[in-house]
Amino acid sequence: MKPLVQVEDLVQEFKVNQGFLDSFKWKDKKLVREKKAVHAVNKVSFDIYPGEAFSLVGESGCGKSTTAKTIIRLLNPVSGRIYYGGEDISRLKSEKMLPYRKKMQMIFQDPYASLDPQKTIKSIIMEPMLFHKVVANKKEAEEKCMELLKKVGLRPEQATRYPHQFSGGQRQRIGIARALAVEPEFIIADEPVSALDVSIQAQILNLMMDLKDEYGFSYLFIAHDLSVVRHISDRLGVMYLGTIVEMGTKRDVFEHVAHPYTKLLFSAVPTVGEEPIVPPMKMEGEIPNPVNLPQGCVFHDRCPYCKEICKTVRPDFKELEPGHQVACHLFA
Amino acid sequence: MQEKLLEVKNLRTYFHTFKGVVKAVDGISFSLGKGEILGIVGESGSGKSVTCFSILKLIEEPGKVQADEIWFQGKDITAASEKEMTKIRGKDISMVFQDPMTSLNPLYTIGKQIEEMLILHEPQMDKDQRKKRCIELLNAVGIPNAEQQLKAYPHQFSGGMRQRVVIAIALAANPKLIIADEPTTALDVTIQAQILKLMKKLVQERQASLILITHDLAVVSEMVDRVIVMYCGKIVEQGPVDKIINEPSHPYTIGLLDSIPRLRKEQDRLDFIPGMVPNMYDLPSGCLFAPRCKGCKDVCRNREPEMKTVGSNHSAACHFPRIDY
Amino acid sequence: MGKKIKGFFQSETFFRYRHNIPAMVGTLFIVIAVFVALFGRQLLAVQNPYDLTQLDLANAYLPPMWMEGGSPQFPLGTDNQGRDIFSAIIYGSVSSLTIGICGMTCACLIGTTLGLISGYFGGVIDAVIMRIADIQLSFPSMFIALFILSVVGQGIDKLLIALVCVGWVTYARTVRGATLSVKKMEYIEASKTMGLPNFLIIVRHVMPNVVSSVIVLATIQMGDFILTEAALSFLGVGVPVTEPSLGLLVKSGFDVLFSGMWWTSVFPGLYIMLLVFGINLVGDFLRDELNPKLK
Repeated sequence: MKPLVQVEDLVQEFKVNQGFLDSFKWKDKKLVREKKAVHAVNKVSFDIYPGEAFSLVGESGCGKSTTAKTIIRLLNPVSGRIYYGGEDISRLKSEKMLPYRKKMQMIFQDPYASLDPQKTIKSIIMEPMLFHKVVANKKEAEEKCMELLKKVGLRPEQATRYPHQFSGGQRQRIGIARALAVEPEFIIADEPVSALDVSIQAQILNLMMDLKDEYGFSYLFIAHDLSVVRHISDRLGVMYLGTIVEMGTKRDVFEHVAHPYTKLLFSAVPTVGEEPIVPPMKMEGEIPNPVNLPQGCVFHDRCPYCKEICKTVRPDFKELEPGHQVACHLFA
Repeated sequence: MQEKLLEVKNLRTYFHTFKGVVKAVDGISFSLGKGEILGIVGESGSGKSVTCFSILKLIEEPGKVQADEIWFQGKDITAASEKEMTKIRGKDISMVFQDPMTSLNPLYTIGKQIEEMLILHEPQMDKDQRKKRCIELLNAVGIPNAEQQLKAYPHQFSGGMRQRVVIAIALAANPKLIIADEPTTALDVTIQAQILKLMKKLVQERQASLILITHDLAVVSEMVDRVIVMYCGKIVEQGPVDKIINEPSHPYTIGLLDSIPRLRKEQDRLDFIPGMVPNMYDLPSGCLFAPRCKGCKDVCRNREPEMKTVGSNHSAACHFPRIDY
Repeated sequence: MGKKIKGFFQSETFFRYRHNIPAMVGTLFIVIAVFVALFGRQLLAVQNPYDLTQLDLANAYLPPMWMEGGSPQFPLGTDNQGRDIFSAIIYGSVSSLTIGICGMTCACLIGTTLGLISGYFGGVIDAVIMRIADIQLSFPSMFIALFILSVVGQGIDKLLIALVCVGWVTYARTVRGATLSVKKMEYIEASKTMGLPNFLIIVRHVMPNVVSSVIVLATIQMGDFILTEAALSFLGVGVPVTEPSLGLLVKSGFDVLFSGMWWTSVFPGLYIMLLVFGINLVGDFLRDELNPKLK
């Protein structure tokens, strides 16, 4: 099967705000101008197949959201390629992007910020339909909007209300309805349940899975919560400091945890009356600053198994089993 | 039974707004032993934070706090004046807030901010003693190079480090009780685990008590001795942590536990609590959880359930506790 | 529409408005002033004070009617040409309000547009617009207005140009700030992923969300403009002498203010004061109401 979305060596950087004079540094007895940049995403590659749910997991600042925003072209990539259905979309102009905008949609993290407070629910959901002309006229759009609202579990008579009249979970449902309005093939969900209460979280996750079964679209799911990821994804990649350190099917990663960082992540997750997957590990250190990336393996200064080679050479992906890849020298 | 540090009887905090009265906390009674770690769990709007702010009398207009009794260290502070409360706040009861990014003043060095607490509550200390104390505190919360870091500003620290500083400030005056309001919600899991471990260690070392407010049952299950589960301003269940996690009695607690996705179990669908938290302006009559409860009977819609004992130290406010739903 | 109006009267805003006496008083002042400006000429004015054929020099400097020598025909007295002050205020208030409203609207439109562009696109455009604004803010506004008027000459239209040149800056700055914070919201990102062109995003999603801050500014600035107009006319560079204006009325009475004929200056001045006071009261209420930080 051909992948729907291919990401190849994606790199994303942000300039750090610094004064003009601050950017000059003495180096080797010369005055050089250095521009600092946050290396948010460093050569990330993965594929997403039709009908598949792929997750990127990691802590804040690991570049998972930036990767997602670059794929949907909210940001322009610094280098690397993004293919959608075999077409390179990484450098397309905004007019040329339009047909892809209809196929890709995004569900946002903060249900309180992702809906325009001045618009009614109806106009929020109808706007993308009318803009992309998936419906012939306003009347048809209205009918479809009501249908969508029912589908995501809201009552059609609520359509004329404003976002602030809804609870967080309901707003997230509205956000999902808006994403579905243009009948997309691929949905990026950026931490869609992290702002919700536990009991509501389960409702939304179930809804997202039901919709996937019904429409058969693919998901790119961004999350920091491993238990949520286990529930929703087929395959996942674990990100740390802008790189993917481990990638594989859900079974590969959850049952044969390989990379030390993944282990650390698993051992840190608090559980409710369950045996932890990985026994408690000694946890030290903070996530390094992505302005000055460490040499060698990005994880070496927190890694309990760090060897000499880890400090100098960046590890490549090793395939442990077909599809289960790990970037770590321990598996060389 | 160990000595009681805090005892609250029938605490009510009502907000009188344009749309009506919000009973954010409605008739809550609980007690906290010396050296005990208590978890208050609930979803947003359940009144868990308001409860603690009410005890500290930090509720602002249009809120009104009423209580039959609030005993702290054998003293009734129900009617304590603002002046008396200022002495208690920070000295005997200190707080750790959710967002380490905003709970430190960006204009002062962290040394200054810890010192401020000492100047206020330990006036007998001189300058050198204070500095020594600051370094001690920073070492205790695991900040390396404490002496140099005293001169650092909050923005030079990461979120986890800042939360450590906040904890150091909270510990500065050797409080008897620390109230931590979602102390790790804004942090990453690996950092969260470090901070939780640290807090537990420090509290136990100093024989202080801790009230941990959180929405995360998993955090509670690893941290606390006793749990209070709140829903819409009322306590629905309270008891020892292993009882609550393993043998929950109230259908709300059961639903909450079931809706957490498990790491080890393959699940097609998650169990969930249907419906949503009711509007605080328009609470249902009878049991507040009745509209969402799978085992709801007629009596639940009409009569409010009382706290019933379901085990040792374990009680639930339900007409039909612990039956198969 | 009817539903919306009904909804407004039941809203929290209206509830707070009803309990805010200063705001109600302010509204009352404004309503009276607008009524006077619209219908005063036909209903209230005793004469057309700018029609020289209706004036009689014999009536010059008559005091208000309740003072000795006053006549009920001229309730607030007359000026040096026998002009009824009461009627003159009515005529003058028309030009004051026109300048206030038109100047505010133009400055608001120009300033808001520039602020939106500046805040949304950022970069070079932002830098250029904001530097112009900075330069302009470093001069006193009265000085700029005087300068422009001395170049282009007198007249209500020219006065408007001067006021707009001075006034747009505040809008541009406020709107830019509001735009910057709205721009970061996820719903703007959502409209970008939808493929909406920037123009539509600004019009549909950014503008409605920054409008509240503009409304507050606009009310307060209207009062400001009325004052500036009066001040410029008083200085003799604003409205030409042949046209009615409150500022000119104050000026014409100023020469004789200390010789006991105070009414010629004081009544028009009082009227300006009450009008601006009313506008500011309402502006204060709106500022508290529309500022989400104060809720």
